[in-house]
Amino acid sequence: MRRPLGFEVLVALRFLREGRFQSVLIIVGVAAGVAVVAYISALVDGLQRNTLTKTLGAQAHISVRPREERVIAPPAPAPGTLVLRDVQPRAQRLRSIDNWPAVADVLARTPGVAAVSPMAAGAALAQRAEATRSVAVTGVEVERYDRIVQLREKLVAGPLRLQPGEAILGATLADDLGVRLGDRLTLTTGPRSSTLRVAALVDMGVRDLNRRTVIVPLREAQSLLDIAGGATQIDLRLDDVWSAQALAGRLGHQLPHDVESWQQSNAQLVSALNAQNVSTGLIRIVVLVVVILGIASVLVVSVVQKQREIGILRAMGATRAQVLRVFLVQGALVGAVGAVAGVLLAAAMVALFTHFVRGADGQPLFAITLPPALALQVAAIALVAGVLAAVMPARRAARMDPAQAIRI
Amino acid sequence: MDGTNAPPLLALAEVRKSYNLGQPNEAEVLHGVDLRIAAGEFAALIGPSGSGKSTLLNIVGLLERMTSGRYEIAGRPVQDHDDDGLTELRRSTFGFVFQFHHLLPAFSALENVTLPALARDGRIGRRVAQRGRALLDAVGLAEAMDKRPSQLSGGMQQRVAIARALVLEPALVLADEPTGNLDTASADDVFALLRSIHADAGTSFLVVTHDPRMAARCDRIVELVDGRIARDGPMTAA
Repeated sequence: MRRPLGFEVLVALRFLREGRFQSVLIIVGVAAGVAVVAYISALVDGLQRNTLTKTLGAQAHISVRPREERVIAPPAPAPGTLVLRDVQPRAQRLRSIDNWPAVADVLARTPGVAAVSPMAAGAALAQRAEATRSVAVTGVEVERYDRIVQLREKLVAGPLRLQPGEAILGATLADDLGVRLGDRLTLTTGPRSSTLRVAALVDMGVRDLNRRTVIVPLREAQSLLDIAGGATQIDLRLDDVWSAQALAGRLGHQLPHDVESWQQSNAQLVSALNAQNVSTGLIRIVVLVVVILGIASVLVVSVVQKQREIGILRAMGATRAQVLRVFLVQGALVGAVGAVAGVLLAAAMVALFTHFVRGADGQPLFAITLPPALALQVAAIALVAGVLAAVMPARRAARMDPAQAIRI
Repeated sequence: MDGTNAPPLLALAEVRKSYNLGQPNEAEVLHGVDLRIAAGEFAALIGPSGSGKSTLLNIVGLLERMTSGRYEIAGRPVQDHDDDGLTELRRSTFGFVFQFHHLLPAFSALENVTLPALARDGRIGRRVAQRGRALLDAVGLAEAMDKRPSQLSGGMQQRVAIARALVLEPALVLADEPTGNLDTASADDVFALLRSIHADAGTSFLVVTHDPRMAARCDRIVELVDGRIARDGPMTAA
């Protein structure tokens, strides 16, 4: 027969109230554990999001390039033949992706791909009066390129516009060359050169990029780099940044080109993020174990202290299952109250971090929030931990022989 | 004995109880006890310490299982019940009064009284609450319903325990030394209360006692010596 849990809940509440010092201590312990897990998760999440935004803000999720040219070694000689061989690696020419518009079209129709942008990129020399700088020329269709790296958000001067004969410069490069909006500079690549007007300045978020970036119309770059109508690279932006590795693997098998994900080009960053995730996971597990042991130890003591009451309850007609549930409810209550207090504490810690931890410019170092989904997840884990911690003491209480318990 | 064909309230036959079964320190404390209690009886279970009175009371109250023998309640054997079945049977048949009252300290007097109903139903209905208040009123504790056990005297606590034993209207109240921890005046009051309940409601009582004065106020005396029934008969014949 199913009956309401009024008995279990009332007895559990009274038992907890009776040992209120122990109850408060363990609730504070659970709250501290929940707060630490929630805060560290939010902090690491914010840190990783910030790092990824900065890293991927200036690069594609996936880049497709022509395969490197390799020298093919001559066939192996007949056995017993002495051969002296010196194979030198081939110097890599600037080459276009064969039939890149068709490849770009295929890529654009690939599920998970949010944007595709062709690019003609190469090295050049930028000159303005006495100043000369080695630069990276990036020829793009600016609207498409904007969808890859959010160029519009990086503008520090001028509009996002790239007419023939115009260039967008990295802000530091503009300082180095002493140019402002509307000024002209000359780009030289071997025998070709072109004079361009500075249309806008951008801050790519990375000093080296700001010192070398020159973005020009695709046709301008094709002409400068002597690859008429070609594209040296196709950049992709994905709906899910973390799917880049898998998609790059699949595309690498399908296309006769080199396909590189952002994870491959930022292996150290990915290792660091993985290390962070592992560390966070370990901290979570350790805190979870401590919380479970804390709740369990308090409930074990409670079972020992309340042996006689348990015996009386059994004599009064409480079933073993009811006694079991009394202690499970205690674990759940401790977990739930501790979880709520812990989430509130974590929210306060997040607010304190945002308010007090700021960079040299007075702005918060990076955004850190406690998403409701994370708070709920941590709270649910604490609740489950509370119930799990109570299982062993609860079973012990339920197994008690009522006559023996009353005699104690 | 009721002298009718109806089965007795409970009947034990050849009941044995051993502790530490199969171990070197195995000890049999009940050696084939036969006992029948009829509805409406007020019986005393007496005997020296260690004679097995509490063990027999626990077996009767389904708090312990016998090692061998037969035990029937209202003509139905109890051996076949599992733990939940025994709990259900215990709840519906018996009320318990212990020597040290054994009230739950975190609950008020009224909550203690209604606790068996809460365990049975999962909630306290209006009828149960009324009965709890009426029982506390009947045992003279109308003013102490909201008090905790620690705020009551020993005699008052035992009265609360008696009210608790009666809340589910049991057929038989098992009382283990109900006056053993009380002064003489309180003991007399409590015993008088048990007798008046027996007289008014017809509830059966099996009272374990060491006190000859209390035993003398019972209708029937069952004496247990060394785990065997040494004497069983009406008080007048004792």
